[in-house]
Amino acid sequence: MNDDLNDLKAMMDDATPRPDAARRAENLALAQKNFENLQGSRQTARPTPVTEAKGLWTGVKTMLNTFTSKAALTTTTALVACGFLFLTPQGQDLLSQNGGGDNLAGDLELATAEARRDRTLGNDDVTEQVAVVPPSIAGGLVDATEEVAPAPAAPIITEPQRNPAAVNPKPSEFSGKTANATPEAAQDDQVVSSLGAGELDIAVAEEEASQPPATGLAQTTSDRRNTTGLVQLHGNAAPQEAAPQSGAQVGAVISRVPDVIIQPAQPNTESFPTEAPNDLKITGEEPVSTFSIDVDTAAYSVVRSSLTRGQLPPPQAVRIEELINYFPYDYPAPDAGEPPFRPTISTFQTPWNADTQLVHIALQGAMPALDDRPPLNLVFLIDTSGSMDDPTKLPLLKQSFRLMLDQLRPEDEVAIVEYAGSAGQVLAPTPASERTTILQAIQSLGAGGSTNGQGGLQQAYAVAETMKEDGQINRVILATDGDFNVGLSNPDALKDFIADKRDSGTYLSVLGFGRGNLDDATMQALAQNGNGTAAYIDTLSEAQKVLVDQLTGALFPIAGDVKVQVEFNPAQIAEYRLIGYETRSLNREDFNNDKVDAGELGAGHAVTAIYEVTPTGSPAQLSDPLRYAPNTVAASSDELGYVKLRYKEPGEATSQLIETPIIGQSTPGTEANFAAAIAGFGQLLRDDSYLGDWGYDDAIALANANRGEDAFGYRTEAVQLMRLAQSLSR
Amino acid sequence: MRMTTSDEDLAEAAATGDGAAFASLLDRHYDRLFAFCFRLTGARAEAEDLTQDICAALPAKLASYQKRAKVTTWLYRVAVNAAHDRRRKRATYAKATEGWGDWETNRTAANRDTHEQIDWLTAAMNQLTDDLRDTLALVLDDMTHAQAADILGVSEGTISWRISEAKKALRAIKEKEDVA
Repeated sequence: MNDDLNDLKAMMDDATPRPDAARRAENLALAQKNFENLQGSRQTARPTPVTEAKGLWTGVKTMLNTFTSKAALTTTTALVACGFLFLTPQGQDLLSQNGGGDNLAGDLELATAEARRDRTLGNDDVTEQVAVVPPSIAGGLVDATEEVAPAPAAPIITEPQRNPAAVNPKPSEFSGKTANATPEAAQDDQVVSSLGAGELDIAVAEEEASQPPATGLAQTTSDRRNTTGLVQLHGNAAPQEAAPQSGAQVGAVISRVPDVIIQPAQPNTESFPTEAPNDLKITGEEPVSTFSIDVDTAAYSVVRSSLTRGQLPPPQAVRIEELINYFPYDYPAPDAGEPPFRPTISTFQTPWNADTQLVHIALQGAMPALDDRPPLNLVFLIDTSGSMDDPTKLPLLKQSFRLMLDQLRPEDEVAIVEYAGSAGQVLAPTPASERTTILQAIQSLGAGGSTNGQGGLQQAYAVAETMKEDGQINRVILATDGDFNVGLSNPDALKDFIADKRDSGTYLSVLGFGRGNLDDATMQALAQNGNGTAAYIDTLSEAQKVLVDQLTGALFPIAGDVKVQVEFNPAQIAEYRLIGYETRSLNREDFNNDKVDAGELGAGHAVTAIYEVTPTGSPAQLSDPLRYAPNTVAASSDELGYVKLRYKEPGEATSQLIETPIIGQSTPGTEANFAAAIAGFGQLLRDDSYLGDWGYDDAIALANANRGEDAFGYRTEAVQLMRLAQSLSR
Repeated sequence: MRMTTSDEDLAEAAATGDGAAFASLLDRHYDRLFAFCFRLTGARAEAEDLTQDICAALPAKLASYQKRAKVTTWLYRVAVNAAHDRRRKRATYAKATEGWGDWETNRTAANRDTHEQIDWLTAAMNQLTDDLRDTLALVLDDMTHAQAADILGVSEGTISWRISEAKKALRAIKEKEDVA
């Protein structure tokens, strides 16, 4: 470009006005609205028009009108094939092998009976019509259903009922649901025409009568983040009716079948545990704090995935202890002959408050000799439901498992179970030396259908049982996006189910994939109650970290049910607050009860817990001392508190105790400082009410100054994320 | 500087139905898009309307986005096409209101005198043919000749020729004004 054009460009740049802010917002909103509309029309299945003219002769006439010789040939062949299927014993055998068709037909008859009985949304015509469809077509329907499943609002989806206890069909609830769907359905002539006019009136009347459920649903759809509570919201009552999302897309006719499933309309049904951040405790009132260790790392990866997508993570997704424990720390390791892990406790000044102190409790697990490690029996339990059909889910999963396969030894065994609408074994237990067979089995996996997580878990544990031998380690590795929509799907019910299984001695690892319908709450519940760990894999490098670098720690437990109990000395400490570990808190009496489950520590794992404590008389004390409180401060001691740890050797039933006092202030090392920086970062993301003026700049400076060796760049990446979060939160 | 995800990844996510990705993408590019529309049309109100047209149609155009292309290239192509559509509509409209047009021309001429300073450039650009104008707008927006050629679907040589033509024309306009 020469000078002429440079002048011109300068002039042009000066002349160009700023876009009008109001118009800008308006245009952006318009674009977004069009985008949503377009998504809707692209995704929604079109209802099949119900033709008015019915009867045998209409069909024959149409057939004759459209006959060409080719079509005639096809039709007659099809007729003969049908005749073969239904009229000969061989054909009947084929049909009963397929199975699905019969089940469905049974269900449809049931449906018809139901529909006649209570006539809530009868639509008898359609149901009857479907019920007399020959089983071959009914079989086709089953296929079609599975294919349509990922798309929202498939017109009618039936599924053989597997767990009657979980479904609680109350007519009133159902009518609320119906009413909710109907106004939207009214936008579509064809759907309306398939409803009887009288029934439409009933539905509309019910809509007015049943406002509460409708508004409840509307609220959950209004905000992406709000949907996080969805699973809890529906609770036991309707776990399968997961999320009728934004109205325009619920264009389905729902027949009165006892186990109707409405597929989630939009894939953003993420749910995270809802525990509130730990609040400040007053030592005089509650001197003892008890929790279980947590070696999961899922929260950090979820935070990273959110930030790199340009969004701040939902506050509930930020579990600070998992952020801190994501990083490898260089804590002193136990010597031979000592307990399997070694606690290191230090106290130093809080970075964000000059008048309080941090008590930093670090546990470093021993790294046993790897050469004579016991053989592993691994069952890969892989979610192949429709929701896994995404570049960051199933394909990433396949690559991750390939990475991991290289780490296994010839004497290890691998089995693969997949689950979608039903569970099936893809690969019988195979020695890891037969690499090609295993790789082929992994490659053959494809996504489609609903998600019967419970069925899959049952089968995986059954397979693990058959592989069990003395001196070997059994582990089920569940890879999923957490979206369980068949069978048990709420975290509490899964908890009980898994708690039964862990007594069999089989461990569980949960690997989360993908965003959009990530059910973090369920994955947490599974990992915590199934003697396992949860990790979230968003990139191949994360797979490398979890499944290659830290595979040993992830797969070999060195201590089970590790619990921490800290008693603070009221003479020294006025108030204390545990940072993170909200989902891991235990009751005071649980500490000595060996029946109560807690977290497992893997080989070489490090666990960090941080308390913020306020010394007595410090200006930072938030609560006033009681005027009439009894003077309970006994003999004065220099100790700030006393830490007790309980753990079980793997496979043992009774726990052992380690005790150590917390003594006065010391200078923090690099590792402790970095942990403090991450704790501060987590609080900035989640709840910064205790941080005062301390902000991202300080967190970045502190983390940067304490990166240590950082051979793999994890800490550098953390600093990048802090910077990104800083920009995004402005 | 909002995030590290590349435009291309965002566009791909948007094409597969990620509403948040689409919002981020458009938010990032809106200002640039508007500035470009202003260059194409030469009037603020026109530019606002053109941007609105583009925003409204963009979701449907997403399907045509292909991963190997740069997002800016694709976006500019969409913008240029939208500008063509708008001019075509305007031409039809102008034909229908020809008689009234003389009066309108006089009025705009009077207006032009009042803010001559700002309008010289846009007025000059308005005298160029549409092709020259589109090309010039692109090149002034820091596009290389190769990129502009890709967007307009012509060869690189054509772009270079058009630029020199445009320069010639602008110089002629300027000389004429200097004389007058």
